[in-house]
Amino acid sequence: MKLEELYDMLRRAQEPKGFYFNEDKEKVLDLLAMLQKNKESYGYMGCPCRLVSGDRNWDQDIICPCVYREEDVKEYGSCYCGLYVSREWHEGQIPRAYVPERRPMEKTLGPDF
Amino acid sequence: MEPNDITLYALSTCLHCRSCKEFLAQCGCNYTCIEVDKLEGAERKAVLEEVKNLNPRVSFPTLVIGDTVIVGFLKEEIQEMLHSR
Repeated sequence: MKLEELYDMLRRAQEPKGFYFNEDKEKVLDLLAMLQKNKESYGYMGCPCRLVSGDRNWDQDIICPCVYREEDVKEYGSCYCGLYVSREWHEGQIPRAYVPERRPMEKTLGPDF
Repeated sequence: MEPNDITLYALSTCLHCRSCKEFLAQCGCNYTCIEVDKLEGAERKAVLEEVKNLNPRVSFPTLVIGDTVIVGFLKEEIQEMLHSR
């Protein structure tokens, strides 16, 4: 699927749920390209800013949209990698702070650690 | 020659890590970049152990400048660290 098509498809699906795309479209297309790259490498769209283990079951929590998105967007206005943001973030009503990693360290280390 | 005591633990797919690399290059820094997602097996495990000791969250980017560890692309903090050396 072309990046622009993926962009439109996801935006139509996610915006009504209150998850807006970062207005920096180039950054969003970059992130979508990285998600597609992970899909090609591992078979699933693991979060581009997290260490993908290659084990789909193990990485269920970081398949985009990750399970941490909701809390991150609620607390910081942005998900960890910056793909999805809140309306307030989108409209510049809240500071654009760094989002710390919410995923437990043991999950990042992977199933074989 | 400036000591090479700057190490960036990164992921090849992460945009925060890319911003960090670009910023370090802008600053003209010599640094070692380790793309952890490109590693496998024992080498990957060893590097993850290293990152774990530096950054208990084991998140990326993890940037080591001398004795200081900076987690995430925190531009001002990185700039401050580089200038204070």
